[in-house]
Amino acid sequence: MDGVALLTIFVLSIFVGFEVVSKVSTILHTPLMSGANAIHGIVLIGGIIVLGSSEGILEIVLSTLAVLLGAINLVGGFVVTDRMLEMFKPRKAESGSDEGAGR
Amino acid sequence: MTPTWAQLVNLGVAVLFILSLKGLSSPKSARMGTALGAIGALVATVALFFTGIELRNLALIIGAIVVGSVIGWVSARRVKMTAMPQLVALFNGVGGGAAGLIAVVEFLHIGADGGILFSFFTVLTIIIGSVAFSGSIVTFLKLQEIMTTRPVVIPLGKWVTILVAVATIGFAVWLMVSPQFWLVLVLMLLSLVFGVLFVLPVGGADVPIVISLLNACTGLAVAASGYVLGNVLLLIAGTLVGASGTLLTSLMAKAMGRPLTSTLFGAFSGTTQGAASAGEDRPVRSAGPNDVAIMLGYANKVILVPGYGLAVAQAQSPLRELADLLTEKGIAVDYAIHPVAGRMPGHMNVLLAEANVPYEQLKEMDEINPDFSSTDVVLVVGANDVVNPAARTDKSAPIYGMPILDVDAAQQVVFLKRSMRPGFAGIENELLFDPKTTLLFGDAKDSLTKVVTSLKDL
Repeated sequence: MDGVALLTIFVLSIFVGFEVVSKVSTILHTPLMSGANAIHGIVLIGGIIVLGSSEGILEIVLSTLAVLLGAINLVGGFVVTDRMLEMFKPRKAESGSDEGAGR
Repeated sequence: MTPTWAQLVNLGVAVLFILSLKGLSSPKSARMGTALGAIGALVATVALFFTGIELRNLALIIGAIVVGSVIGWVSARRVKMTAMPQLVALFNGVGGGAAGLIAVVEFLHIGADGGILFSFFTVLTIIIGSVAFSGSIVTFLKLQEIMTTRPVVIPLGKWVTILVAVATIGFAVWLMVSPQFWLVLVLMLLSLVFGVLFVLPVGGADVPIVISLLNACTGLAVAASGYVLGNVLLLIAGTLVGASGTLLTSLMAKAMGRPLTSTLFGAFSGTTQGAASAGEDRPVRSAGPNDVAIMLGYANKVILVPGYGLAVAQAQSPLRELADLLTEKGIAVDYAIHPVAGRMPGHMNVLLAEANVPYEQLKEMDEINPDFSSTDVVLVVGANDVVNPAARTDKSAPIYGMPILDVDAAQQVVFLKRSMRPGFAGIENELLFDPKTTLLFGDAKDSLTKVVTSLKDL
């Protein structure tokens, strides 16, 4: 894809990024940060791409490390975000169904 | 090139990421938001293997993914909720590191043949990724209290930082003009040093804002790496995080009443060493659990102010028990939640929700502040900086300007504290020496349990 097309996507994404989180409530600042943190863990696929085409020991070592770090970021990020939000669940269980009894 | 179906998959994943961020902005849809993001990431990763890209070191790829996933999963499940902010910082750091490494490897692949734009984005990814990596490690060390939480001001630090920044830019330009590998290494090293210098002078109370900023940085590094690799999904995801992270950083700074610039550059001026000097041996009034129980038991209105110390002592449940007991006696009880109680915005809400504290009793700062003047007893459990009047009065205090809970307006204030040690920001709290303040020393859980027992006998 040519540079201008990528630039277009870049600029539009900035606006979307601003727009989607503009109404976040204070209590969700931490989970939102953590969720965003998990999303940039998608850098994992960049790691896979470079490792897939790596030759020579230096390239392979560096790109393996990139895949490893990317996977930690991606998986850990989503799991820890979910754990934070899990804490908000009992409140809903009390007002709604009684399935919270099992916890 | 990437097949059309794969490009469409990437489009779908990008939409999922947008919906994920959108979902995370509202309590009702937050968990769904996380799930959408995770599904998107999974789909994108699996689809990549079927696009016919070159997959030379397949065993290594799979192995690294598995090992990384296990490390991420286990540490995320095992971490105590109190230590969660530093784990997020660490995850952010490794993400930035990954982006930087990708750019380095891609430079080794393509080198001088990529053209000026390629070189520019490679250099950008390396710089931002490295800064996010080393900066996050320092924030981790600060939050883990492995190193001091006070601002670290090194002599001539301002000039060293500027020098490193100028050198980084200089080498970046050199690298773009003449692509050589040793320049990449120098650039990486300089950026890592810059990241450390950038975070060192930040005071403990401002660390969450810095984490958020570094998070946005990693987003940008990922976006730039997307440009380097010609991968649209990385570009979109990285940019989304970069933009939303920047906005979130300024929202957080606003919630803490800290102009972003003073957070980041305030420590450079060197005036932030708080007034920790004033009298260590001044008299304070301390009392036993019985006295505190009597004060609480005969009050009409009580406000509880939970802080990080509560969470460290795992005293959420005894606190709730105390609140329930007081409510039974017909005493009005509320929890006052400072926006940054704990270590990060919203951290305390998470910790109290874990202890099944009814959500309606949690009052935000703006809502509860007018109530303090009509309150008989305020019980501060393991909080310090967020009730420190120095934030209003002492211009030299690192927390000056931060909105605080106006507990000093109440009739009586009781602090449950482990010791006279100052809070995370490392500054003395005048309120501790106020005549209407009573201190109950000891472990928060222990003290609360004793107070509850005394209260039952009342």
